[in-house]
Amino acid sequence: MDDRRVGVYVCHCGHNIAGTVDVEQVAEWAQRLPYVAVARHFQFMCASTGQELIEEDVRELGLTHVVVASCSPLMHEKTFRNACQRAGLNPFLFAMANIREHASWVHPNDRDGATAKAKALISAAVSRVLRQNELEPIRVNIHPATLIVGGGIAGIQAALEIADAGHHVYLVEREPSIGGHMAMFDKTFPTLDCAACILTPKMFDVGTHPNVTLLTYSEVENVEGFVGNFQIRVRQKARRVIEDLCTGCGTCWEKCPIKVIDEVFEAGLGYRKAIYRPFPQSVPKYPVIDVENCTYFRTGKCRMCEKSCPAGAIDFDMEDRIIEFEVGNIILATGYKLFDCRRIPQYGYGRLPNVYTSLEFERLTNAAGPTGGKVTLRDGETEPKSVAIIHCVGSRDRNYNRYCSAICCMSSLKFAHLVKEKTGAEVYNFYIDMRPIAKEYEEFYHRILEEGTHFIRGRVAEITDAAHTAEEEGKTIVVAEDTLLGRQRRIPVDMVILAAGLEPQADAAEIGRMFGVGCGTAGFFTERHPKLDPVATMTEGVYIAGACQGPKDIPDTVAQGAAAAARVLGVISQREVTLEPIRASIDESRCSGCRICNALCPYNAIEYLEAEGVSRVNAAMCKGCGTCVAACPSHVITGAHFTFEQVMAEIDGIMVDVYSESPTAPLAEIMA
Amino acid sequence: MSSKPKLALYWASSCGGCEIAVLGLHEKILDVAAHFDIVFWPCVMDAKVADVEALDNGEIDVCLFNGAIRNDDNAHMAHLLRQKSKVLVAFGSCAFGGGIPGLANLTSRDQIFDWVYYQSPSTDNPQSVWPKPHVKVDEGTLTLPTFWNTVKTLAQVVPVDYFVPGCPPEVSTIEAAVNAIVSGTLPPPGSVIGPDTTVCDECPREKNMKKIKRFYRPQEVIPDPNACLLDQGLFCAGIATRAGCGARCPQVGMGCRGCYGPIDRDLDHGAKILTAIASAVDANTPEEVEAILDTLPDPAGTFYRYHLPHSLLRRKELSAANGSNGQAKPERAEMVAASGGRP
Repeated sequence: MDDRRVGVYVCHCGHNIAGTVDVEQVAEWAQRLPYVAVARHFQFMCASTGQELIEEDVRELGLTHVVVASCSPLMHEKTFRNACQRAGLNPFLFAMANIREHASWVHPNDRDGATAKAKALISAAVSRVLRQNELEPIRVNIHPATLIVGGGIAGIQAALEIADAGHHVYLVEREPSIGGHMAMFDKTFPTLDCAACILTPKMFDVGTHPNVTLLTYSEVENVEGFVGNFQIRVRQKARRVIEDLCTGCGTCWEKCPIKVIDEVFEAGLGYRKAIYRPFPQSVPKYPVIDVENCTYFRTGKCRMCEKSCPAGAIDFDMEDRIIEFEVGNIILATGYKLFDCRRIPQYGYGRLPNVYTSLEFERLTNAAGPTGGKVTLRDGETEPKSVAIIHCVGSRDRNYNRYCSAICCMSSLKFAHLVKEKTGAEVYNFYIDMRPIAKEYEEFYHRILEEGTHFIRGRVAEITDAAHTAEEEGKTIVVAEDTLLGRQRRIPVDMVILAAGLEPQADAAEIGRMFGVGCGTAGFFTERHPKLDPVATMTEGVYIAGACQGPKDIPDTVAQGAAAAARVLGVISQREVTLEPIRASIDESRCSGCRICNALCPYNAIEYLEAEGVSRVNAAMCKGCGTCVAACPSHVITGAHFTFEQVMAEIDGIMVDVYSESPTAPLAEIMA
Repeated sequence: MSSKPKLALYWASSCGGCEIAVLGLHEKILDVAAHFDIVFWPCVMDAKVADVEALDNGEIDVCLFNGAIRNDDNAHMAHLLRQKSKVLVAFGSCAFGGGIPGLANLTSRDQIFDWVYYQSPSTDNPQSVWPKPHVKVDEGTLTLPTFWNTVKTLAQVVPVDYFVPGCPPEVSTIEAAVNAIVSGTLPPPGSVIGPDTTVCDECPREKNMKKIKRFYRPQEVIPDPNACLLDQGLFCAGIATRAGCGARCPQVGMGCRGCYGPIDRDLDHGAKILTAIASAVDANTPEEVEAILDTLPDPAGTFYRYHLPHSLLRRKELSAANGSNGQAKPERAEMVAASGGRP
C-alpha cells in the first residue's frame, strides 16, 4: 500500500437512493475497500453541506482521490469536481458512481440486489479513480469574427446583434438577396403588421453595417478548425453584374426580353426576367443573370442588358469567386423548406387548379405580389366566394412528418382573416387541434372565430373536383369527417389553401456534417440540450438559430437569433476558451500510420502527417468521443481520462465479490 | 562436461515448421551450436525423454518450446521442460497463442474424432476404431496420451519467460531472440521478443483513408502493387498484428494473416482486428454493413486464425460445440484456472 487515500461519499438523494439502497451498509462496506480512507453517507451530497464535507475531508484527512456515489455524472459531475478543486485537489482525481439511475431507480423492489449493485459500482469507481491522472484544461484564443450561415430573419437578427456590439460578421446567403421566407410574407400574425415594413429596415441595416461583410449568392464550401479558430472557404457564385459599378437602377431587367416563372420568390405564381433581383427591397440591390434562361448564354446573342446598362456593369465573363477568412464562432440559421404538397396526391395540389400552398397564398395576398394583393383564382380575375383552409398538411401525420409544424394554426387563422377582409368569402378552416399557444395568439383565434369563420374539426380525407350534386358542379370539394358532429362532410368551395408543414432544408444533413452538427430524427439540427442549451450544439463554437433547429414562428426565431448572438458575444468577450482536457492523443513513436482512424473521426480532428507516416490528433478539435481509441489497431491512441488502464480497472472493480468482508477486485494483481 | 550453456528445443502440438525455421538460420546455426550445448531436440538429434528427466532442475539454460498443448503428453513435456529449464521460451504462434491447432477450440474432441475417424470421405474404418487412452491387448495395456477438448497455449499450462511470435518465427526474429539470450540483453520476463508496433509500420505500401465497400478474396483481383491491400478491400491483419516479420506477406500481395499476434496491451487479437476492419467498412445502413461483411468468409477463422486459445474468447462453449450440456462445466472451470498465466 502506498499513500493514496480515497474518500467515498454515498448520497441518500432523499429517498431516491436511500429508499431502496441500504446506504449505511454500503458506506460501511466501502470503508473496507483497498485505499479507502473514509466512507460516509449523507442526505444530499450536492447540497453545499455535502460539498463542504468533501472539502473538509480532503484538507483534514489528506484525501488524494474522491468518489461520490449518487446520481448521473451528467447531473453533478461538475459540482463535485468543483468541490475537489476548491479543496486544492485536481478535479480529475474525482470519479462518480451512479447508484440512482443505475441501481435504486431500476431495482425499486429489490433492496438487497440494489444494495449489492451499488457496492459493485462504488468498487468500480474506486478502482478507476486510483488510476486517474491530474489533467489541466486546454486554453485557446478566440478569433473575434463570426460566420452566420443564412440571411433569413434569424441570421439578420444575429448579425445585427453581434455587429452592433462591435464585432465583425460574415453573413453568407445562398440566394441573391437576404430576407429569407419572411420577405415573401404579407402580414404577420397576430398583430397583422406588414412583414416587409418590419423586415426591410433590418435588411438595410445589415447591408450597410460597417461590421458586416455580406456575401449573398454564396455558399460555404469548407470549414476547418475548432472553436475560436475556424477557417472558412466560401464560393460566391458569379452574378455577372459588377457590384462596384451597378446602381440598381433597373434598366437591365426592364429591357431583358426573357420572362421566367419565378419559382423561388413568387412561389411559381409570378414572373421575373432572366436578369433580375428577387424583389424591390432586395439587399444587396444588385441583380443577377440567370445563366440557364439568359438568351446570350443559350445562343450567344442578345446582350440587351449590357447594351442598356448606363453604368457598364454587366460582365458576362465573370467567374465564381473563392473567399477565405477566419472566424471564432459560427451560427447556422439556414431555415426550413416547405413540405411538398404533391406528396399527398388526394389533396390535388398541382392537379386541381384552385388548390394553393400557404406560400402561394402569401404571394397572392401580398401587395407587392403578382396580383397586387388581390385574392383571385388561377384565372387572375375571379374572386373566390368560398375558401377552405386545411391545417396540418404533411404535419402530425405518420405518413409524412409526425411533428407539429408549430406555425400553421396561426398562419391559417391569418389567412382566414385576410380572405374575409379582402373578399368577404365564406371561410372553412379544417383543423385537428387548435394550438395558438403564444402571447396574444389565443386572442387572435377568438377574433377570427368572431369574424364568422367556420371551424371544422377533422383531418381532410380528399380534395376533389368530382361533383355529387348540382351545387358541387364546378367547385373544388373538400371531403372530411367532422369529428365534432360525427359525420362525413363535403364542402364545395372555390379555393383551397394547404397549410403546408415545415421541413428541414434538403441539404441539412450535408450542412450538419460540414459544421459538425447532428440532425435529429426529423432532420432538424440537434441542440446541445433541448431545454437548457437550445442554441448551442455538440460542436463548441457552432450555434444554431431559427427554423433549422425545428419549426418555429418569427418571434421565436428572432429570439433564437439574438440568443445565439449573445452566446457568441459571451465567448468573444472571454478572449480565450477553456476546453475539457478529455481528449485523444496518439503516441506517434508507436503509430504505424495505418490510417484506420483518419476517416472515423466525426470532428475531423485527426490529420495524417505524410512525411512522418503517422496520424496526429488536433487536441482543440477533439471531443474525446473515443471512437479512434477503440478502433486503433496498434493501441497507440489514448483517451485522456478513459485510458486502457482506467477502463480495465473499472471492469476489474465491478467484478468485486460484494458479499466479501474484505473486498478486493479479482484481477487486481494482474492490472497492478 | 561442456561449460557451454545448455539448449533444448521441443515440439508439442505443431506442424514442424518452427523446427525448419530454426534450421533456416543456415550457417548461423553453427553459432548456435558453438554457443550452446544442445541437449534435447527430437526433430534433429537423438535424445530421449529419460535423458531430460535425468537432468537436474534448471540445468537447461534455455528451452525453445514450440507447439500448442492439446493432450496429456504435450502437458507432461511442458511441465518437465519447465522444471528443467531456467528460461522457457514459447516459440512460434502455437506455443504463444494456440496457433492453427487452436482453431479446434471452435469444435470439440468428439466432433473432431467423429470427422477424422468416421465422417471424412477418405476414411475407411469398418471396425469403428476410436482412439482410447488405454487399450488392453494380450501383451498388456497400451496407452495413448489423452486428447483434450481444448487447445491451450504453453503459458496457460506452465509459467513462460518469453514469447517469440510467428508462424513460423522469421529468421530475423529468431536471430534477435538468440542474440538477446547469448548477449544477456533479454527484456523483462514475460515480454514478447519483437517491436511493439504493427506490421503496417514495416509495410512500404502507401496507406490511404480506408473506405471498404466490399472484400475481395486473393484470387479475385490483382492488387495494385503500391497501395495498401486493405484500402483495396483485401483482408489484411497487419493493422493489428505485431511487427517483426518485415511485412513479408503484404509486400508480395498477400494480406497479413496475423501470425505475429497481438501487440502489448492487446487482450484479444481477433477482436482488435475485427474492430479495425469494421471501422474501415464504409456503410450507411445496417443492411449495407451486413452485405459488406458477408463478402468476408469465415470470420472466426480469419480474425482468430492464430490466437483463439490466447484470446478472451478462449473457445466456443463446449455445450454449444457438442450440442449437449454434458461437459460444459468442468471445461469452463479448467479454463478459468488457467487464466492466470497470460503474458
